Amino acid sequence: MDTAPGWVWSRVTGLTDMFATPLRTSHYLELMNPLWTTHKLQARVVSVWDETASARTLTLRPGRKWRRHRAGQHVRVGVPIGGMHHTRTYSISSAPGRDDECITITVKAAPGGRVSQHLVRNVVPGDYLPLGLPQGDFVLPDAVPLRPLFITAGSGITPVMSMLRDHAARGDLPSIVHLHYAPHPYDVIFAKELAKLRDDHRRYRLRLVYTRERGERSPAERHFTAAQLQEVCPDWRDRDVYACGPQGLLAAVEAHWQGADLSRRLHLERFHAPWADLPGDVPGGRVRFARSGLEVESDGRTNLLRVAEDAGLNPPHGCRMGICHSCDARLVSGCVRDLRSGAVVNEHGATVQLCINAAAGNLELEL
Amino acid sequence: MSFPVHLSDAAIEDFGRELDAIRDEVMDSRGDRDRRYLLRLIRIQRGLALGGRLVIFGSLAFLPEWLWFLPVVALGTLLLAVAKILENMEIGHNVMHAQWDWMRDPDIQSGTWEWDSVCPSDQWKHSHNVVHHTWTNVLGKDRDVGYGMLRVTAQQRWHPFYLLQPVSTVVMALLFEWFIALHDLEINRLLAGKRTLAETYPMLRRIGQKVAHQTLKDYVLWPLLAGPFFLHVLAANAVANVVRNVWAYVIIFCGHFPEGVHYFSEEEVADETRARWYVRQLLGSCNIDGGRLFHVFSGNLSHQIEHHLFPDMPSNRYPEVAPRVRALCARYEIPYNTNSLRRQFGTTTWKLYRFALPVSVVAPA
Ligand code: FES
Repeated sequence: MDTAPGWVWSRVTGLTDMFATPLRTSHYLELMNPLWTTHKLQARVVSVWDETASARTLTLRPGRKWRRHRAGQHVRVGVPIGGMHHTRTYSISSAPGRDDECITITVKAAPGGRVSQHLVRNVVPGDYLPLGLPQGDFVLPDAVPLRPLFITAGSGITPVMSMLRDHAARGDLPSIVHLHYAPHPYDVIFAKELAKLRDDHRRYRLRLVYTRERGERSPAERHFTAAQLQEVCPDWRDRDVYACGPQGLLAAVEAHWQGADLSRRLHLERFHAPWADLPGDVPGGRVRFARSGLEVESDGRTNLLRVAEDAGLNPPHGCRMGICHSCDARLVSGCVRDLRSGAVVNEHGATVQLCINAAAGNLELEL
Repeated sequence: MSFPVHLSDAAIEDFGRELDAIRDEVMDSRGDRDRRYLLRLIRIQRGLALGGRLVIFGSLAFLPEWLWFLPVVALGTLLLAVAKILENMEIGHNVMHAQWDWMRDPDIQSGTWEWDSVCPSDQWKHSHNVVHHTWTNVLGKDRDVGYGMLRVTAQQRWHPFYLLQPVSTVVMALLFEWFIALHDLEINRLLAGKRTLAETYPMLRRIGQKVAHQTLKDYVLWPLLAGPFFLHVLAANAVANVVRNVWAYVIIFCGHFPEGVHYFSEEEVADETRARWYVRQLLGSCNIDGGRLFHVFSGNLSHQIEHHLFPDMPSNRYPEVAPRVRALCARYEIPYNTNSLRRQFGTTTWKLYRFALPVSVVAPA
């Protein structure tokens, strides 16, 4: 914050923080309004809106620490389920700089996805969700004359919706071709708004393709193909393509543009699953220590503290029996198994106690 | 002295497995209810701290009517003391034990939590989580046995210094947080030359910074706000700190010093299995009986036994675990030391007086 009130405010809290030590002023402001905090950022759920049977838009009012996003960016959203924080990344679907200072995210309940289902089914207005700051470079450039081609599928439409809304609100919608895939007509998120955009703006050409709908097209033609692209957007070579959707679609798009030697025109927004697949009965695996760059083989019985020490590292530790938490380290990727209970941890970014966990498949630790 | 339990090795291992099962069951059932408990407690605690300070300031309005001022300032001081007690015991101590790390709330992590005490949290975590909880009641290893300055068992060799115990314990109670702050420095090893000043200096600096922040807050800044009533506010803050110190001292001394508690030699715990470690925790810890509020105010250290068996289990679960552990102990005929605060603190005090003298009477088990 470098605005004048911001500067004054930070001087004031710098002083009041000394009255609040070891906490900060912000911790006490949180008692009055969680959106006033500066030590962390939260958002209040203002309203929820069902876009389709399985997708819901959450309107969020971010706290004071928020900074305006650029259309196309994503945020990390914390979701406490069963008392435990889960963090997922969602594209912001609203245009930047709304009058009400709110943002929206639009979440599709994935089958078996605990977090997305919780967001779609259980979160209610009045709830508070921890929020990150907007991130990502899946954004339209400001200056250059724009001729984008959007290729989206399912909830992959969300960052593109933010771009469309942004330009529509400013009244300068450029020449856009938009190819969007959804299983059925009733699965199209933002269907009404898209149709209205198409009706209002001649320069916005929208083609919806239904991947599960029976019709005149053969199943192969219901997915991305070169012929289909040629038909929908004959000048695709001259356009910058922005694609967001499931892995399969992105791979096909990437291959196509690489084949045409036009990778520089390609902008992809990918979301990786933030967890590893659970191992079967893997008896161990390769352990990589991210910070030191070491990599060693390990069995499934030796605790990771031992493994690290044998590899020549000296991680902090104390009791070596799982009670003091001195050996806590971050799991970057992969799985570990608790040697006491057999419980497996596979969520990236989780904190694990090295002295009572062993490798369950390949993994990487922040050490 | 032999391991004070009649059980065979196999029986001890069975006992350990049963405790593991209790642990796994409770840990698996952690959830929303626990999170709500902690968040609510934190909110209440912060409200009390702020409220207490405001009431102290409000009381100044009654001056010079001392008859009105005194009860109001006493109330404010009490609220502040209660806030400090909750902050140190049920919140700080337990958060720093990583009891709440499972929530993955970036705000409530053992690695980053700092508490309202002159003792820096990282040093406390070392002397407490690593040394004390691993080596509980092992003479020569666990420096919480007498805190390096008290004789609490006949197994400690007597020294004329211990004659001061009736006085030094009172001083310690009043200034408990300061003793805790200096605890990890191992001053006696420093004096004995077993530790260098260079090793100690960085720790001393950390303590210095923490002390500066804490004293500035309670003894300079808040009193300054009161202008001419500087001393009134300073005194109220000091009393709140002392009340917290004495309370913490009483509860903590009841954890490992009452009559019937066992101490161990290093030989006894060599090659100790996890199950034998459990048994040692049981024999080396004592509970205090009480109501729900009492347990919360003691940071659930009134369930010292359960805390020592499962140090990283959320403390709000100890009350439900205690009867199960007790029943298990009854089944295996392992003593389970629980009693009223009066009895536990009474025998502790009695021991502190008795062992000040060069007696070597072993406590009747
Ligand atoms: S070393 Fe103490 S928990 Fe791992």
